[in-house]
Amino acid sequence: MQPTIEVEITVNGVAVKRTIPARQHLVDFLRDELELTGTHLGCEQGVCGACTVLLDGQVVRGCLVLGAQAHGKTVETVEGLSDRGALRELQAEFARRNAAQCGYCTPGMLLTAQELLARNEPMTRDQIRQFMSGNFCRCTGYHAIIAAIAQVLADRLAQPANG
Amino acid sequence: MKAPKFAYCRPSSLDEALAILADSGADAVPLAGGQSLLPALNMRLSTPDLLVDIGELGELKGIAVAGEFLRIGALTRHVELLESALIRERLPLLAEAIGHVGHVAIRNRGTIGGSLAFADPAAELPACTVALDGTVVAAGRAGRREIPAAKFFTGPLETALRPGELIVEIRLPARQPGQLWAFAELSRRHGDFAVAGLAAIAGVADRKLADARFVYFGCTDRARPAEAVGSALRGQRLPLEDRELIAKALETDLDPSDSPGWKSATKRHLARVLTERALAAMQRQMSQ
Repeated sequence: MQPTIEVEITVNGVAVKRTIPARQHLVDFLRDELELTGTHLGCEQGVCGACTVLLDGQVVRGCLVLGAQAHGKTVETVEGLSDRGALRELQAEFARRNAAQCGYCTPGMLLTAQELLARNEPMTRDQIRQFMSGNFCRCTGYHAIIAAIAQVLADRLAQPANG
Repeated sequence: MKAPKFAYCRPSSLDEALAILADSGADAVPLAGGQSLLPALNMRLSTPDLLVDIGELGELKGIAVAGEFLRIGALTRHVELLESALIRERLPLLAEAIGHVGHVAIRNRGTIGGSLAFADPAAELPACTVALDGTVVAAGRAGRREIPAAKFFTGPLETALRPGELIVEIRLPARQPGQLWAFAELSRRHGDFAVAGLAAIAGVADRKLADARFVYFGCTDRARPAEAVGSALRGQRLPLEDRELIAKALETDLDPSDSPGWKSATKRHLARVLTERALAAMQRQMSQ
């Protein structure tokens, strides 16, 4: 049992194989090994949500998952979701309402918000706040962020496909 | 911070995991969902030599009915409990509590076995397991044993697990018709650890409370039944004639320590508020 381990992870659709330190968490793996710096590190203890990524399609704290634990799994970051257009409406609404502000928490906000949108269920503002409560914005500009998410949700639910 | 150096292995079966844990002694730590262990590692509160990643062991996952019990695999994630129709129907207390555990990203990874093994005195699931009079099934290389939840939590972050043992299953009795339940929690922010919380179960006989198992969290050292509250409530009708009963019993049951921003007396007061809310909820259930 070595303090390094070989991992194969599909990141943003691309299979990568690396030998990494066992103690390396997923965000350091993404940022240092793959130079995907869209995922941010805030508190590094699972509180702030800046490091949010998708692991097998679910949002997780990137700082609370070891690279080794992601072996054989699929990881998507803000870069991947952005490139394939999955965040287009959210990004436009964030820009329109200046919800990004300093931008540090924004990748995590966008990823948590897209999990909320994927449920495709009507939610009140309070429910949206509760869903997003694991993501900190230290500019404290939550109002614009929640408003942007509520707007995209309302727009999606109003589309004819959603009846 | 970054976690200290450790080695990592990913056994492919429970037996292999138990063998590794038995051979490695106290320097090896099991890793399930990692939502308590990884923060502790990143803060260097824990410095194991070896992490034994049991997170993918399928044999420890899933929710099943076994007679009057629900059997919950130790590696069942919080999100799976939250979305389970079985849990909603048979264990309304747990269904209510699980939404208070962490945030969505934490619930996608954290496991019930991990939460019980970590035994944080401010966590929801240990309190629910004790309130429901559940059983923790532990496995070691020598075999399996069943530990009543009320005897499982021995102190803050301490359990009756022996070195080399893993939780493999949690057995919780399904709600009986007429059984009363209540869950209440106060925290600074939804999803944070509780300042004070309460998971409560009670039976009813002749329209009076019987077998009231009130388990507090956040304001106590470990998940355990509040015995003075239980005795004070036995045989009482709701609403209580003498509300001071609760305050007196809590003096005996709870001795919370001061923590930043919260004095002991404040926490005890909040526990009383939660108890009254729980009793109000139980009264509504009785009249349904």
